[in-house]
This record gives sequence, C-alpha cells and structure tokens, in this order.
Amino acid sequence: MHFVVCAKQIPDPETPPSAFKIDATTNEVIPAQGFQPVLSQFDGIAAEAALRIKEAAGDDTKITVLSMGAESAQAAIKQVLAMGADEGVLLQDDAFEGGDSHTTAQVLAAAIKNLGDVDAVFCGRQAADWDMGQVGLLLAEALEWPVAILAKDVQIADGTMTTTRVLADGFETVTQSLPAVVTVSNEFGEPRYPKLQQIMQAAKKTVTTQTHDDLSINPGSVGAAGARLKLERLFIPESDTQVELIEGDTPEEQAQALVAKLQADKVL
Amino acid sequence: MARNILVVGELEEGALSSTTAELVGQASRLADGGQVSVTLLGSGAGGAASAAFEAGADRAFTSDDGGYDDYNSDPWVGAVENAVGQASPDAIFVAQSVVGRDMGPRIAARQGSAVAMDCINVEDDGGELKATRPCYGGNAQATYSFATSPAVATIRAKAFDPIEPRAGASGETVDLGAPADSRTTITGRELAESEGLQIQDAAIVVSGGRGLGGPEGFETVEALAEAFGTNRAAVGASRAACDLGWYPVSQQVGLTGKVVTPDLYVAIAISGASQHMAGCSGSKMIIAVNRDPDANIFATSKYGIVGDYKAVVPALIEAVKAAG
Repeated sequence: MHFVVCAKQIPDPETPPSAFKIDATTNEVIPAQGFQPVLSQFDGIAAEAALRIKEAAGDDTKITVLSMGAESAQAAIKQVLAMGADEGVLLQDDAFEGGDSHTTAQVLAAAIKNLGDVDAVFCGRQAADWDMGQVGLLLAEALEWPVAILAKDVQIADGTMTTTRVLADGFETVTQSLPAVVTVSNEFGEPRYPKLQQIMQAAKKTVTTQTHDDLSINPGSVGAAGARLKLERLFIPESDTQVELIEGDTPEEQAQALVAKLQADKVL
Repeated sequence: MARNILVVGELEEGALSSTTAELVGQASRLADGGQVSVTLLGSGAGGAASAAFEAGADRAFTSDDGGYDDYNSDPWVGAVENAVGQASPDAIFVAQSVVGRDMGPRIAARQGSAVAMDCINVEDDGGELKATRPCYGGNAQATYSFATSPAVATIRAKAFDPIEPRAGASGETVDLGAPADSRTTITGRELAESEGLQIQDAAIVVSGGRGLGGPEGFETVEALAEAFGTNRAAVGASRAACDLGWYPVSQQVGLTGKVVTPDLYVAIAISGASQHMAGCSGSKMIIAVNRDPDANIFATSKYGIVGDYKAVVPALIEAVKAAG
C-alpha cells in the first residue's frame, strides 16, 4: 500500500502568550525569539497512525510525507522521515504563498494525484496554528474520496479503512472503501520520538521539491490569487479583566472572602 | 442589503437544538429582508420546524426520515445541497459541532466557496459579511471576508443569543426526502461514560490541571463541584491532565476538547495555556486557584487565590457549603 502523511510546519504552539506578537501591518505572527518552528502536533499523530498500520501489516507499505511550505518545512518532513516514513515531497513555490485552506487542499490534491497510487491520506485533525480543521475534508472533496475526521483509532486492511472517531458524547466506528482520507485527533495517542540513529537515517532519505509546473497547476488558481477566504485582520484579543487576588492570613479566610465575593456578584 | 441565509439545523432528542435556535436568530438579524431557511433532518424534524419558525426562520427544509438520525456525512451533505439549490443562500451557517466540523468544509467545497470554521462572531460590515474566529490556540483572533459566495461559517455554541420567540409564527415547509446512499458505513456507536450533568450544560464548571500533581487531585476537584451542587456543577480537566490519563478525555476543556460557557468557571491548578483558554474564555466569570502568581490563568480571571490547592480547595469546599 501507499500512504501519504500531510505535514505542516507551524510556529511553536507552546510559545507563551507573553511572547506571542502580531505584525498588524502584514497580519502575520512575528516569530518569537528562542522558539523554532515545529511540526504541527496533530500531523505527528497522523504520521504515528500511518506507521502503526504499516508495522502491523508487516508488508512493503510505503509512506510519503507531503508538506506545502517554505524551505524550512524540510525540518518537518525530516521529522516524519525520522519517525519511519520513506520519502518526502516539499511543495514549494512562491505561487503557493498567501493562500487559504482551499488552495492548500488543491496543491496537496494535485501532489497526491501526481503520486498516482495512493491508498490513504493521513492528516492531523487541524493545524495547531490556524486551527481551522478543514484541509483534510477539502482534500477529500478535491480527490472525490471518502473522509473520516477526528479519528482516535484507524485500521486499514483488505481495501477498507475502519475508523473510530470522536463524537461529542462518545465514539463511533465507521468503515469506508479505499482510497480514503482520515484526520487523526489527539485521542489517538502520542507520536513516537525518533532515535538518534533514525534521525541520521532520515538525513539520507529522498526529499524532492515540486512547484506548480511539476504539478501542472495554474499559478493563478492557488496561493493568494486563488484564496476564497480573505484575512482582513489578525489581532490579539484584549482582556478587560483585572484579576483581584484574594488575600488572607489562612486559606479559610481567603476561601470565605472569595465565596462572599461570588455571593455579592450573585454567581452563588 | 437583503441576504438569504440557510442554517444547517440539528436536533437534540427530536427537538430543535439550542445552537440551531441561536444560529437562526443571528441569521434573522443579518438577513435584512432576505429569507432565513433552515434544514432539519431526522425524527422530529417536522415538529422542530415550528420551533425554528418561532426562532426566526421563514422556511424549513425537512425530512422526518429516521435514516438521518445518526449523522452520516454523504446523505446529510446531499440533503443540504438540495436545500441550497432551492434557497440560493448568500450565506450558510452551521454549528461548530460533530456535524458542522464535517459538513462545513464539504458544503463550501461543493458550492465552490469557502468556510470559516469555529466562528465566535459573524457580522455585517458595510454590507459585507465578516467572520471572526480564534486561532493560534486562542492567542489570536482572525477576521475574514469571503471572496466567493455563499459565505459558509461554522459557529460556536452560545456565540449568539436566540431572538425573542415569535409566538405562533409559521412558515413554508419543503420536504427533502429520504437519505441518499453513503460511502461511509457506521458499524458501531459507544457513549462515553458520563453520569449526570453534561459539562457543556453545567452552570458551574470546576476544572483541574497538571498542577494537581496526580489523578487523586481530581477527588478534591470533584468534591468542590459536589459542594456547588451536582445539579448545576460539572468537572472538567485540562488537556495536560487528560493526556496524563488523570481524567477522562470526555471531560477535556479546550480547543481540542469541549468548549464550555458556564456562569462560573473554577480553574484549579491550571496554568491557563491558550489552547485551554480557547475552551473556557466564553465563561461569564473565571476564578482560579494556583500556586504561581504569574500563571496565565490569572490574566483572564476575575478573582484568584494564590496558594496550594491542597490547602485552598478544602477550605473553599467548607466555605461553599457554609454559604448554602
């Protein structure tokens, strides 16, 4: 089988709010000093899901990592290669920049069609920067494949994908015929940490770079030119709350003072 | 400018969901003389249509077919596409729910348009719809306009108030027929164990985080929720605590868990990471107990106690009980 893992490099989501800054003139996040961009955590979990299926099958299943982004996104690809994926493709082109979820999905879909023999695509439930959670679905629509979102378990065998997905009040198990797309949620579990030896092996694995020419994409249909959603403003919401710390000589005094406040505010 | 708006409705135990009423209400505020339509699929849809008319809808596209009861992507998308074809909406509103997370992008793709997910506001800005949503784990918010039509938005529960019910209002009902075939077969459903009050419905949510130091810390958190009253208080947990296996994922509050909007949110030993705040920042009031006076949670709390929860929370339990 041939699996694709979609991987996105993002600003480190562990950047503390105090170091998180926005350039209001460009509507872009200013990279925080001391925080390197990382593989979006959910994409690491998606890679883990693909690897476990490959390992359980014990066959010659191939896993290709796709990432659309700048040259620096090589690091995200290398990380998934170190986890155990086989090949990487960086989709890098000025024409891809400034796009939205729709244009990202179009580029990824073109790359997947270009690979030709893909059985399943694994995406994270959302990228931990924009938190939209829609590229996996749009990709499935572009490929005209079924999609299961928010997976906490995925199995693939005999041409069928069996997914247990997270609902508001529980879980449901669904089956779909391959080829199919799945988006994997944090409930799946932690991704593996590559060992040093695997990181060194990953350095030798092939990563090709593809542009709109390689994918026969009209540059006017992707990136900023093809975006359907226009970012008007990116801003840090202002908090109008000023915390009142409740003082007291003992926890009992503090607790009673707090409850008195809550009663005065008619919350209790 | 008049605009037609279609709301993808949802039923809860056969009745109009509260979020659908909120979405229909906001649609009626933004329609400006245009028509507000709603789709209602599954057992009880016919009765829910009356509630939708009272909530602000002019037209209901319904099917009472029980085949729609368990959400399945393809037949739902097909039915909504059918309604879109008849209603020609300028905008489509969907709840940010298990249904909406799946439907929003698919409907947008099929209409050749775009969706803004998880919106907390959709408003008219000089005749143009603008959608605002949290991003970067809640560190930032983004406002979008749409280059294509219809503008699709999935909208968070309680982002809008419903309108005052229009008693006795009626409207046109259009039948959407039986569900189409699906590429997806649902082979099983399992409800997570959760007794009593659901966390999204609770007036008070008491949550614990990594600072509890272990699963046994949740016994104290639960005892505080109990002191507030099991009929109105529920227990939540941060992602860190759930990832460590200290508390069930079904109670996780945050961007990737439940979004709660109680009257009072009590954060015990929670640092207040942005992704957690994204799940509770809509609370009417947040109070926090944390050992670290610089913890981010205090930045959004109205009241705080700096101290060890092991000392503070038992005292709080006694004080709440004494207050009756």
